[in-house]
Amino acid sequence: MDRLEEKLKILADAAKYDVSCSSSGSKRKNIGGIGDASSSGICHSYTEDGRCVSLLKILLTNHCIYDCAFCVSRKSNDVQRAAFTVEEVVKLTMNFYRRNYIEGLFLSSGIFKDADYTMERLLKIVKKLRLEERYNGYIHLKTIPGASDEMIREAGMYVDRMSINLEMPTELGLKLMAPEKDHESVKKPLNFINQEIQSYKQESKLIKYKPTFVPAGQSTQMVIGATPENDFEIMSVADKFYKDYNLKRVYYSGYIPIQNDNSLLPQIGTKPPLVRENRLYQTDWLLRFYGFELNEILNPSFQELDLEVDPKLSWALRNPHLFPVDINTADYSMIIRIPGIGRQSALKIIKARKFGRLHEYQIKKMGIAFNRARHFMVCADSPFQLGFASMDQVRAQIVNKSASKTKQLVSPQLNLFA
Amino acid sequence: MYYIFDGTYYGWLCCIFEAFERKDFSVKPITKELYLPDIFAEDIYIYTDSEKASRVLKGLQERVGKNIALDFFRAFLFESPEVWQAAFYLCVQIFKGNKDILSNFGNDAVMKFSDALRKVSRERHRMKAFVRFQQSSDGLYFAVFEPDFNVLPLIISFFKNRYTDQPWIIYDLKRNYGIYWDKINITEVELNAAEVKDMVHTSTVVSLDEQEEYYKNLWQQYFKSTNIVARKNMKLHLRHVPRRYWKYLPEKN
Repeated sequence: MDRLEEKLKILADAAKYDVSCSSSGSKRKNIGGIGDASSSGICHSYTEDGRCVSLLKILLTNHCIYDCAFCVSRKSNDVQRAAFTVEEVVKLTMNFYRRNYIEGLFLSSGIFKDADYTMERLLKIVKKLRLEERYNGYIHLKTIPGASDEMIREAGMYVDRMSINLEMPTELGLKLMAPEKDHESVKKPLNFINQEIQSYKQESKLIKYKPTFVPAGQSTQMVIGATPENDFEIMSVADKFYKDYNLKRVYYSGYIPIQNDNSLLPQIGTKPPLVRENRLYQTDWLLRFYGFELNEILNPSFQELDLEVDPKLSWALRNPHLFPVDINTADYSMIIRIPGIGRQSALKIIKARKFGRLHEYQIKKMGIAFNRARHFMVCADSPFQLGFASMDQVRAQIVNKSASKTKQLVSPQLNLFA
Repeated sequence: MYYIFDGTYYGWLCCIFEAFERKDFSVKPITKELYLPDIFAEDIYIYTDSEKASRVLKGLQERVGKNIALDFFRAFLFESPEVWQAAFYLCVQIFKGNKDILSNFGNDAVMKFSDALRKVSRERHRMKAFVRFQQSSDGLYFAVFEPDFNVLPLIISFFKNRYTDQPWIIYDLKRNYGIYWDKINITEVELNAAEVKDMVHTSTVVSLDEQEEYYKNLWQQYFKSTNIVARKNMKLHLRHVPRRYWKYLPEKN
């Protein structure tokens, strides 16, 4: 194996637990060189685990001075170590990009020597791409906690997105796994970059030439299932970070066991909590795009998401007094709350009903999950029903009918209804 | 009445012109290749007149705006007689003053039209993602593909804006035409059978850049290393990358 290929193997493998692969949110134009950013983002391929491959996601090095128990690159772990040179990263990025393999570069790194030293190396790569290669494609750069403000500010001038991972959802969890780290060291740079982004936005209203600063915003990631936080705790943290730092995304990464030496962590062979991860993302979407408040979905008396059904359906089942919704008269904000109806179909319904009352056969063609939605809505020709169907029955019917991917993965309770 | 047109967008637009001239609107636009003569129905051949087509297009743009007018071109690229007919009906309705019809999602023709638009748009997006260039020894980046619908016209500006400083060809093998960018101009190209064979098998005439294999290998290595085995989910994988696209993806070969 060629030396570069070997490095790529090690450093892509070490970077893959960072699930963020988004390439959206930037509108960088191609000015006299190569590349631009597609604001909707493009997934150029998908791995066999079904995750998107949009960016060349690599670590500059997996040498690290820290010893975080959940991390495959921790100091005490006996793995092969490698480090790219600046030229190698640039060469890989450009050659992959020119062949339309990738949408851009996602560059992270283990911490070697100290934060500033590491950040400086990352900055070198980014500058070489932008200034020498005249590359205008997407760049996602990890902010190294503890790096100087000057260095972070300079990086922000060249990249599209920056991120720092919270790792564990709570301070307590983090202390268990990484005693040398704390959430404060994540909050500080997130806050600093957010302040800078906001002030650039202000300035660009006043002046004609608009310099960009981290145009695709910031994101973070939490590892799920390594430490005992419940879904309410996790989503509370996410909700707060969205609000406090204007984050573009929070990623939830189901913990994949990588060691058996730490008895606090799930051991190798334990299945990653994929269904739970999926439910957390669905909740995240409801908060950001469906007008839900967190306490409607999760609250002190309902702390764990229902694995068997999605969180919108679960919410609807707990709130039978709000249903059924008449799709011929209800507001958009209520129509998108009907389980099985998404934003696109809700818009179609709103537009189409101006031409006459909508019937079931028309609604069915609008791309909704009719089997779920029918229990919660009335159309022009829905048979009149006396009283509500019991939500327990509705639940049983939906769960039984769906050939859901989660069916075999969640509780044996299902047999009760079979 | 069947209107037999030449399969071009301008030809389809001329069907609308003809319909208004004849005041005959129960029309099925179809191409010669797809037409199965029907003894109970009449048919006429539509001559493609670019002046007539432009008039229809301009009229459409004036009524619904440029972007929605472009939707008719996008839906046309779906290459289905049913969709051509639905779009024909909608276009006629718009010219008759029924301008808002496109938002009537309870209407069958509108659903057919919007469904075709959605599928064309998805294919266009996929091709932005799945086109893979190979570099030949003279520095040309070339790619072949076989999209489900005729989306090549819809991705030209994307590739031109992005890969401005490198010459490239993207060739649709199914429809046998391609687009060539020489760093200054875009031109449509049609290759003969021998040239096409060369593009696909890159044997003697088109020789690859000596680095081509090297980077292809690195890409394959990257694709393998970035996968998380513990999360394997082939169903999801196949939903995102259906098998029919694998042929031209180096990471899947």
